[in-house]
Amino acid sequence: MLLGDEAIAQAGIDAGMSGIYAYPGTPSTEIMEYVQASKEAKETNIRALWSANEKTAMESALGMSYAGKRAMVCMKHVGLNVAADGFVNSAITGANGGLIVVAADDPSMHSSQNEQDSRFFGKFSFIPILEPSNQQEAYDMVHYGFELSEKFHIPVLLRITTRLAHSRTGVDLKTKLPQNEIKLPDNLRQFVLLPNIARKQYRELLDKQPNLEKESANSGFNSLSEGPVKSLGIIACGLANNYLMENFQDEEIPYSVLKLTQYPVPVDMISQLYDASDAILILEDGYPIIEELLRGILNSGKVIHGRLDGTVPRDGELNPNIVGKALGKQFRIGSEAPAFIKGRPPKLCDGCSHTDAFVALNEALEPYGKGRVFSDIGCYTLSALEPLEAINSCVDMGASITMAIGAADAGLVPAIAAIGDSTFTHSGITGLLDAVNNNAPITVLILDNSTTGMTGGQTSSAFGKVEDICRGVGVSEEHIKVLKPLRKFHEENVKTIKKELEYQGVSVIIPRRECIQTLGRRMRQKAKVKAAQL
Amino acid sequence: MKKDIILAGVGGQGILSIAACIGMAALSEDRHIKQAEVHGMSQRGGAVQSHLRLSSKPIASDLIPEGKADLIIAVEPMESLRYLPMLQDNGWIITSINPFVNIRDYPPIETILQEIWKQPQHITIDADQIAKECGSVKAANMVILGASSPFLDLKVENLEKAIRSIFGSKGEDVVKLNLAAYHAGLAYAHKNG
Repeated sequence: MLLGDEAIAQAGIDAGMSGIYAYPGTPSTEIMEYVQASKEAKETNIRALWSANEKTAMESALGMSYAGKRAMVCMKHVGLNVAADGFVNSAITGANGGLIVVAADDPSMHSSQNEQDSRFFGKFSFIPILEPSNQQEAYDMVHYGFELSEKFHIPVLLRITTRLAHSRTGVDLKTKLPQNEIKLPDNLRQFVLLPNIARKQYRELLDKQPNLEKESANSGFNSLSEGPVKSLGIIACGLANNYLMENFQDEEIPYSVLKLTQYPVPVDMISQLYDASDAILILEDGYPIIEELLRGILNSGKVIHGRLDGTVPRDGELNPNIVGKALGKQFRIGSEAPAFIKGRPPKLCDGCSHTDAFVALNEALEPYGKGRVFSDIGCYTLSALEPLEAINSCVDMGASITMAIGAADAGLVPAIAAIGDSTFTHSGITGLLDAVNNNAPITVLILDNSTTGMTGGQTSSAFGKVEDICRGVGVSEEHIKVLKPLRKFHEENVKTIKKELEYQGVSVIIPRRECIQTLGRRMRQKAKVKAAQL
Repeated sequence: MKKDIILAGVGGQGILSIAACIGMAALSEDRHIKQAEVHGMSQRGGAVQSHLRLSSKPIASDLIPEGKADLIIAVEPMESLRYLPMLQDNGWIITSINPFVNIRDYPPIETILQEIWKQPQHITIDADQIAKECGSVKAANMVILGASSPFLDLKVENLEKAIRSIFGSKGEDVVKLNLAAYHAGLAYAHKNG
């Protein structure tokens, strides 16, 4: 029984992967965690450490591919934005050892700021995409993806969504392959994207496309099944295929169906379905990408149903009922949930250090009024909600410091940034350098709980380094203050924050106390070891 | 044979341990299984649910269709009602009566219980009290598993084996506690189901 994420990790181990690179992000985190916990991976020396961010992870994986070995890099969908520079250009350098980029999308935004569809990035970059419809296929596609990557010397994007990532089922494993030996690229200028080389490489990338399309048609992952009823033909992408099948548990599907799980789009298969059907229904667990392409701007062909004509909701993830409704099926759903049921949103844990830090900040800010705290991505983002209502922004990793600079430039002084330790080393350091170089009158709270909390307590790249980094970037020593966020130090902490708010330059305040979750885990582990010794 | 189960609770209450026990027992009886879990942000004290599907035939969707669940197993009473649209007409609700109050406007527990008792098939159980009698309130989730087990079409011995295996690394005392809690829940279901 493996989660989709775990199936991908196990497949990497079995397919001779030499290294995995990642920054934690729901729903992708468990891929790296699985490899880190795997005995097999340890025995075969598979490199498995967290990177500072998705861009450094992407580039490190590309470096391993350069050296001829198989590498995987994993991230959530918005992480691909961070890694985009390396990702897009890796299509032009091409790969040497097999390179798989896993992007875990989050339609319905269960744990994210948006529901962007990574298939767009694949298409944008001319990188082939594999979109598994179930956990077994996710496993098989890693094996195939490495082969594809090495055959065409190109990175492969494995696009999954939350449901697949976090759903568990039985998976059959393949025979284990050995890792590649070090082997430099045949052409030692392959990875040198000087314009005259890049132009040639780009041309080669374009020339690969027809053959990649042939792969899509012939690999067996895409399949066209013909049905007797011609009124409708269905294109079901990735996971949508399962929801379609769920609606035909006790009967054959009467329609022709194209199961689409590998891109670039196999045009012949699409046109076969199109010609054989009066209308087309497109089911995509993400953006209506194939739907827009098939419609074209003028939508002057056959009737195309999907997210754009309202047959399927325009946003949010699919489920069996949405797909059933799109097919005109009638359901008997259970009774309505009673109206008195209240929402139960996530919140900061009891005893969380962030709570004490924000209670102090709120009090220190009272003379200035609300609306000046720019924050970031992590557990502390929950302090936007009741009862703290302490922050006013959450945009992308690192945006707290830089947005505070802009607001201060506009005259909103003091402006405050609140960022976690792991987010700080992910994307906050360059922003802090900007602040120092501008002598921006901002106060930066680096909320140091010594872990990457929101995703379950992974090692933070910032651990033990926060003050040194701030000094190195140029924050003056007397404006780097470390606090202990505990109720008993509240008055003292408020005083310190107030003082720094008055300073007309960059101050960094570091409220530091270990995450209550990782602390608990550590204590339980300690007790266990002690018990075993007795 | 097919069982579609919604597991409901609040992040940190142990619904994934219940799911793991059922999943392991089902595996030993050669069932196909799919289990969709909630990870990430919502785990921080928010409402969480898991879709657990067991079948003798291959399973297509990771999610249970609305109105098709055979069981709602809940470790928190208000959470048991949140997923009513998922439950089929003759489905069962098995829930703890112990509220987990971490929101300001939590409705009166009497209102919640009366609504549960209005449902055609239900078992409500004071899981905290029974778990305490077994040795620790921490085993309340296993009381709920016990109370659910007559509806799972799985052998008691296989569920016992699963509990042993899942809690085995925590020592024999923890295994014993969880087995006792499981059996206390099972006995309650036989008496009150």
